[in-house]
Amino acid sequence: MTIAEHTPSEAEIDGLIGGAERVMSRDNAVLRMSEAEAGALSLSPEHEFGDQKMIINMGPSHPSTHGVLRLMLEMEGETVLRSKPIIGYLHTGMEKTGEQLTYLQGGTNVTRMDYSSPLFTELAFSLAVENLLGLEIPERATWIRMMMTELNRMASHLLFMATNGMDLGAVSMMIYGWREREPLLRFFEKVTGLRMNHNYIRPGGVAADLHDGWQEDLLEYLEMLEPRLDEYHILMNGQPIWRDRLQGVGVINEAECLALGTTGPILRSAGSSWDLRRDMPYLAYDQVDFAIPVGEYGDCFDRYAIRLAEIEESIKIVRQCIEKMPSGDYRAQNKKVTPPPRGRIDESMEALIHHFKIFTEGFKVPAGETYAAVESPRGELGVYIVSDGSSTPYRMHVRAPSFVNLQTLPHLMENGLLADAVAVISSVDPIMGEVDR
Amino acid sequence: MAEDTETTEEETASDDTEAPAEETETEETDDTEHDGADETDEDAAPDEELLYGVPVHHAFGQTVIFADAESYLDLFGELISDGFQQVVDLCGADYANHVRNDLPASVIPERFEVVVNLISHARRERIRVRCQVAEGASIPSLFDMFPGTEAMEREAFDMFGIEFTDHPDLSRILMPEEWNGFPLRKDFDMGRIPVQFKGAPGQS
Repeated sequence: MTIAEHTPSEAEIDGLIGGAERVMSRDNAVLRMSEAEAGALSLSPEHEFGDQKMIINMGPSHPSTHGVLRLMLEMEGETVLRSKPIIGYLHTGMEKTGEQLTYLQGGTNVTRMDYSSPLFTELAFSLAVENLLGLEIPERATWIRMMMTELNRMASHLLFMATNGMDLGAVSMMIYGWREREPLLRFFEKVTGLRMNHNYIRPGGVAADLHDGWQEDLLEYLEMLEPRLDEYHILMNGQPIWRDRLQGVGVINEAECLALGTTGPILRSAGSSWDLRRDMPYLAYDQVDFAIPVGEYGDCFDRYAIRLAEIEESIKIVRQCIEKMPSGDYRAQNKKVTPPPRGRIDESMEALIHHFKIFTEGFKVPAGETYAAVESPRGELGVYIVSDGSSTPYRMHVRAPSFVNLQTLPHLMENGLLADAVAVISSVDPIMGEVDR
Repeated sequence: MAEDTETTEEETASDDTEAPAEETETEETDDTEHDGADETDEDAAPDEELLYGVPVHHAFGQTVIFADAESYLDLFGELISDGFQQVVDLCGADYANHVRNDLPASVIPERFEVVVNLISHARRERIRVRCQVAEGASIPSLFDMFPGTEAMEREAFDMFGIEFTDHPDLSRILMPEEWNGFPLRKDFDMGRIPVQFKGAPGQS
């Protein structure tokens, strides 16, 4: 708990609340009606819908909806008036599942939520559990976590570059984005054993130490990536078609972002420089230098440009991690939480017992509740855990940034063209796995 | 040999649980002291730490305040004017089969809880509000202050059946519209639920 340094004045608060009227109103761009109501409305002959307006569905299986997002759009000609994102197609009750799994198994569950940046959910989950346990993790584990999540941020943003390009017709960008992401996934495979859904960051540290020669692997990759990002600048930023397609489309201001709970690149595109890595540092972010790219206009172009700039900042952080990576343990030497090394099991009865206990019953976590948040590529990713003192969480809730950010969609698309809706969805960059959980 | 292992195992296990639990044990004793004071003397309640006029609790370095349904909206009004301009998270929790020991003495435990996480960018602070909601009772919606809570409240309704009054569109969000029951409730049975989707084999 930090001490209050600055209490905002009345004017500042008014300034923040003012400017958000568009989203504060109940009668706005959000189409608040059920499927049945919408169906009845479009069929009724007396209603104005018969003439000019109509309700159409976009998705759930539409190439530009990034998974199974369905949008109910109220259209007048080519113009979107109101809309409603309909979600839940990927809902498998992962929060309920999390209540049945031990804290050690929990990682395998949460990593499947945000499948394009799985390490972040693992990190937030582990931080929450460690907070409840009061467990200090070794410095090396902290730095490995920071480096791996930054690499994951790069992979996630490169995927965004690819899908954003694909959605807007810059098909070569799709190939380039995937091409640059591929070596990163290979690096993840080398370190964690899996390309995605790693379950690498676990309560107590990380699952495995970095392999020999990881520095060379990474430096080689970064040297390859940097000139290619320069190529992106030439290919996309310097291209009038690309700029015209994105600039001024899907505009949102800072007050609206705050009112809607929006975080991440969308909030930063609107001019706020809020980033948890700098403003509420976790891991060792207070020991590395990086800038926070901030937009000005809050449009699709700013959101794209911020993500491109964030890749460059992540490269800086990764380079510092390579330089400063401390030696030592990659996980806490707490016999109750981290399983013993395989070799010890053959030698020590204690180790065998601990191994058996951790993998059957799991470790017990003191009762209480806590919330841990990290800055994921999409915004604040929080994990709220209530423990009843047993070895499984009593309640586990994941604050998924995409879930909250989706609420900006109707406001971003309001009075825009249907073709721009594609650009807007793409710029919000929702991952449906974490929206539906 | 096998018997030996078991006994050692039990011993070590009982040793272990004590070590990490120490922190909470001290907290628990604090709480019970409060309890005892309250039972003997009603006037002892003001000793309880207050923030924004409601009981406050520091959980693992985080500030948690407790609201009830009546003071709920006023409390958030106060929080806004104190700079907490963003609700980052709102979720429900069902305490049907767990007795909490981290509630201040003056808070009457109810089955459900609505947990709201707020953030102040200017002060770089977080605060968490826990509001007790009885089964079948309702709680005002935060929509008019924080429109971003619309989807979060819908989720809490969908998963726990917590009613938010004056919500613009309180409908199911993750489950199908015609779903029966509230999946994240503790009494929602797992694994033995007939398929409820439209047009599924065996469904009318």
